[in-house]
Amino acid sequence: MNAAYNLARWLTGNETDAEDVVQEACLRAFRFLDGFRGGDCRAWLLTIVRNTCYTWLQQNRSSQLTAISDERAEQFEAADSNPEKLFLQQLDDRLIRKAIADLPIEFREAVILREFEGLSYKEIADVADVPIGTVMSRLARARRRLQQILSSGKSKEVRA
Amino acid sequence: MSCKDTRSLLDGYLDHELDLVRSVEIERHLKECGECSIRYENLQSLRAGVSRDSLYYFAPAGLQQRVLLALSKEMRTESRLPVLVWRWFGAAAALIIVFVVMWSVIRFMRKPSAEELLAQEAVSSHVRSLMVDHLTDVLSSDQHTVKPWFIGKLDFAPRVDDLSSQGFSLIGGRLDYLDNRQVAALIYQRRQHFINLFVWPEAGNSNFPQKVLTRQGYNVVHWTTGGMNYCAVSEISESELQEFVRVLQSR
Repeated sequence: MNAAYNLARWLTGNETDAEDVVQEACLRAFRFLDGFRGGDCRAWLLTIVRNTCYTWLQQNRSSQLTAISDERAEQFEAADSNPEKLFLQQLDDRLIRKAIADLPIEFREAVILREFEGLSYKEIADVADVPIGTVMSRLARARRRLQQILSSGKSKEVRA
Repeated sequence: MSCKDTRSLLDGYLDHELDLVRSVEIERHLKECGECSIRYENLQSLRAGVSRDSLYYFAPAGLQQRVLLALSKEMRTESRLPVLVWRWFGAAAALIIVFVVMWSVIRFMRKPSAEELLAQEAVSSHVRSLMVDHLTDVLSSDQHTVKPWFIGKLDFAPRVDDLSSQGFSLIGGRLDYLDNRQVAALIYQRRQHFINLFVWPEAGNSNFPQKVLTRQGYNVVHWTTGGMNYCAVSEISESELQEFVRVLQSR
């Protein structure tokens, strides 16, 4: 239940919608219990939660669903030379939360499923219905992006 | 491994998704390359920063209750369907049972056809003839001895052929009773096996092609030609018996 809510909360971006989505997803899961082909019950439920979120977003916030173009994705790739050490331990929760929330939804779901739920690449690939390679590159790009945002956010904070 | 390769695989390494060989290569590279190991440390600290418990959204207390309530409501509306489904199942099962019972009753009550009765009778006769040492009344391989023997004993004159040149030697003849009348039985031998050929007139004048039946391991071939019934019974194989019939018919 927590995993379902956490994913829904991150994907929809607010509490009421997340609760509605979780309830809807549970009902769907109940209806499609026949479709459950064994395996990890949690990953299966998360798949339904994820799809319910997408349906919900399509109906209510279709603007957020615009797929990331390669061009935008490229931006996250750049500026990877000369790494400096990153100190995130002291960073405020709010900053990190915002950084994750600002990620495109495909990246966000990969990060949530990997870092919070500890799903393997294979499981994430099943949930998001994409190849494992895509999961790997989405995660990598999402992390670059987070590092950039957080390091710049931190320097702003230090300056301020 | 180069820095470029390492960089592209670093996330997989962090997530323990690489195979052993690559993991070992990256481990070795990280020991040697300061830049890449900083990258790796950054990834680790990012993970630590992101996966804090304080960032996890735990489900609010009321949510589980709410979902369970919605589920039970759903179940109540769904449960109407299964009742209907069960009723259909019941009806289908009842129908199937009725069919099975009817089928077995019909099978039990059905009288065997005239042809089956005749075959059964012919087989019994054949078995009896071999059992009680009463194979022949007239023991002769000469068709000109066997044929006259029937005269005066039957109201018809059966045709008697010696087929020894085709491997079916005539042994003799016998009077028998089949199909509610007296019939002529001609006995032929094939190696150690006997063939009883029953001959009697056909009431109607119909010719019907041969019918082949198997009863208790015996093969029975029955056909009508020239106003006569012929019924050959033997334990020899069906193809051999068919050959016997062919030879006989070609005469």
